[in-house]
Amino acid sequence: MPEPIARTICTEKQKKKQWGDLFFSQTAAPYLFVLPFVISFLIFFLYPIISTVIMSFERIDGPGDVTFIGWQNYMNLLNPHFFNAIWITTKYTFWTLLVLIPLPLLFAVCLNKKTLPGRNFFRSAFFMPALTSVIVAGLFFRLAFGEQDTTLINSMLNVFGISSTVWLQNPNTAMFVMVLLCTWRWLGVNVIYFLSGLQSIPDELYEAASIDGANAWEKFLHITIPGLKPVIVYVLTISVYGGYSMFAESFALFSSARSPGEIGTTIVTYLYQEGFNNNNLGLGSAIGVGLFVLVMVLNIIQLWLNGFFKKEVD
Amino acid sequence: MKKSWVYVLSMVVLLAVAAAGCGQKKESAQSSGDGDATVLNFWTFQELHKGFMDDAVSTWNEKHPDKKIILKTDVYPYDEQHNKLLIALQSGTGAPDLADIEIGKFANYIKGSKPGLVELNDIVDPVKDNLIMGRMDNYAKDGKYYGVDYHVGAEVMYYNKEILDQAGVDINKIVTWDDYIAAGKQVVAKTGKPMTTIETTEHWSVYPLMNMQGSDVLDKDGNSSFDNATNIKTLQMLKDMLYKDKIAVPAPGGYHHSEEYWAWMNKGNAASVWMPMWYMGRFVQYMPELKGKIVIRPMPVFAGGKRSVGMGGTATVITTQSKHAELVKQFLAEAKLSKEGSIKTWTLLGFDPIRKDAWSDPAMSAPNKYTDYFGTDIFSTLQSVVADIGQLNVGAKYPAAISLLQKNVCFRVLKEQSQSPEEALKAAGEDLKAQ
Repeated sequence: MPEPIARTICTEKQKKKQWGDLFFSQTAAPYLFVLPFVISFLIFFLYPIISTVIMSFERIDGPGDVTFIGWQNYMNLLNPHFFNAIWITTKYTFWTLLVLIPLPLLFAVCLNKKTLPGRNFFRSAFFMPALTSVIVAGLFFRLAFGEQDTTLINSMLNVFGISSTVWLQNPNTAMFVMVLLCTWRWLGVNVIYFLSGLQSIPDELYEAASIDGANAWEKFLHITIPGLKPVIVYVLTISVYGGYSMFAESFALFSSARSPGEIGTTIVTYLYQEGFNNNNLGLGSAIGVGLFVLVMVLNIIQLWLNGFFKKEVD
Repeated sequence: MKKSWVYVLSMVVLLAVAAAGCGQKKESAQSSGDGDATVLNFWTFQELHKGFMDDAVSTWNEKHPDKKIILKTDVYPYDEQHNKLLIALQSGTGAPDLADIEIGKFANYIKGSKPGLVELNDIVDPVKDNLIMGRMDNYAKDGKYYGVDYHVGAEVMYYNKEILDQAGVDINKIVTWDDYIAAGKQVVAKTGKPMTTIETTEHWSVYPLMNMQGSDVLDKDGNSSFDNATNIKTLQMLKDMLYKDKIAVPAPGGYHHSEEYWAWMNKGNAASVWMPMWYMGRFVQYMPELKGKIVIRPMPVFAGGKRSVGMGGTATVITTQSKHAELVKQFLAEAKLSKEGSIKTWTLLGFDPIRKDAWSDPAMSAPNKYTDYFGTDIFSTLQSVVADIGQLNVGAKYPAAISLLQKNVCFRVLKEQSQSPEEALKAAGEDLKAQ
């Protein structure tokens, strides 16, 4: 009976083909390739986000002891601690934006010059801090900015006749140290963003500008900046997000989420204190939702101002 | 399209199987082990406690060959361990059999109507008469005990004898706080060094003094009692020590556990400091230069006040998720509630035991690294004050209250000086009421 054998071979071939088809099929393959992302997004992002929103309407007293309390957690949010946290975080974000956009831009332009000696060394040197743990770096900064005459920074200041400062117990100096730590850590990352942006600006534009008699500053202003605009908008967006969600820097510098006089209390350290240190997960969730709304609104305004939405209309 | 869905489903199934497989693996590792020995998990944030428990396990296994235990200990950083445990109890899965919880966080774990911790009355009640019960009440709710502390944490004064001798002060004559302040002035005048250091970002300076006068940040019902007259007076006294009498300085680094403080103190920069008994370990470990110079004496007293209070503490608890709760209970009772176990908290950890009958045991006066450092009269000093040790008012708002005391009250009054004691304590009280 030759027929059935032939049929089996045929179906086996078909089967193989079916599997192969999955990888090459125009309709199935894309789903297949994004599947790992979709699954991890659903499990690790969407599910927690939804349960955070639900928890923000609950009082959670322990295992199996959950009460729905409506908007109470959001009403409780209107307290001086939360407003202080927003104020501190806003100040921090403002300073990081002010430093972490122009400075890396400048460095990127310098590093992009083929004539610069040690160009590759500096590129990696700037990037190195991003690879270190914030906790380790924070520990170093905390000890370097200690209040004794013998600590690194104070002893350097003393050489110049400046008296020692209690860095981490004063709102202004503490903010300075936090922004410095952030700058040290993220400068290199932003430099990389800008460098990649610079690569996409054609050299011809600069040549043409040179022929027209433009000087370096004019070229920077009229070619580099407009050419980098998409990258700048991107860096701005993630920096606003990064600034508002800052936690580790403050946690490491003050060796807990609690800082003296709340001088380093960011929205997320406040969330951490309420959610975990005080076991008020409902209020913690409400803070999280508040942060989400705040950052979304800010970024939409920022993107709108930068004409991000206009392009789609065009 | 249909095919793609088949694939999606199969991937999901595959992932689920893989995830379940991971869980399975862990489970089987837990129940396997040395013959019939039961494997128990223990979470702590203190490496030293691991050593203590390991020792207790080997003692247990010798005594009970039929009920052997294997203890798997995980030592996490302080915050991480407490958070992990909180979430494990909250979610109803993943908690260990035994865990350490620090007193400042304990209220978080017995908050609801159904705490995730096992009630320990049947092992506590039989030995009640021998225990310093004030230390057990800190971990109790509605008459149920949920944790066993490692120590009493009696508040004592650590004097630097070298400096005080230089200033001509006889420490045995310092009885009241007035004596202490007068001696402080003499020390400053003669040596130029401050009499003491005061914490500005934590609560270990002001809080014991409040307690010694029968006051607290919460009342018996767990409501705020921040702004009572005693607290205001106490905070004012510390502020005066710093800025009026000028016998104290704010602790370098802000608190007595900062690296900066240890380095500074190690150089013999202050004549005394008040901290609980367990701070001995910090002297031995981080301030080796002061060996032989520091003596321990009872706290100066307030008129009508107590001679000491039990400060700090860490309770070992059993979670309701434990599958061997009875066995764990018996083990915990032998490890920490028995006289032998209590003595070990001193010999292994340098803590003041929670069992009264341990204190007079000859083992307590045997030389060890603490007697080498502080002299041999540690326990006679302690015995003179132990009767005064009571409980703290640890209500549900305790973690928030202590945090307010640390970051707002102490800092704004003692360091920034942006608020008066009354203003700061009133603000903290209002704050706590609103929560």
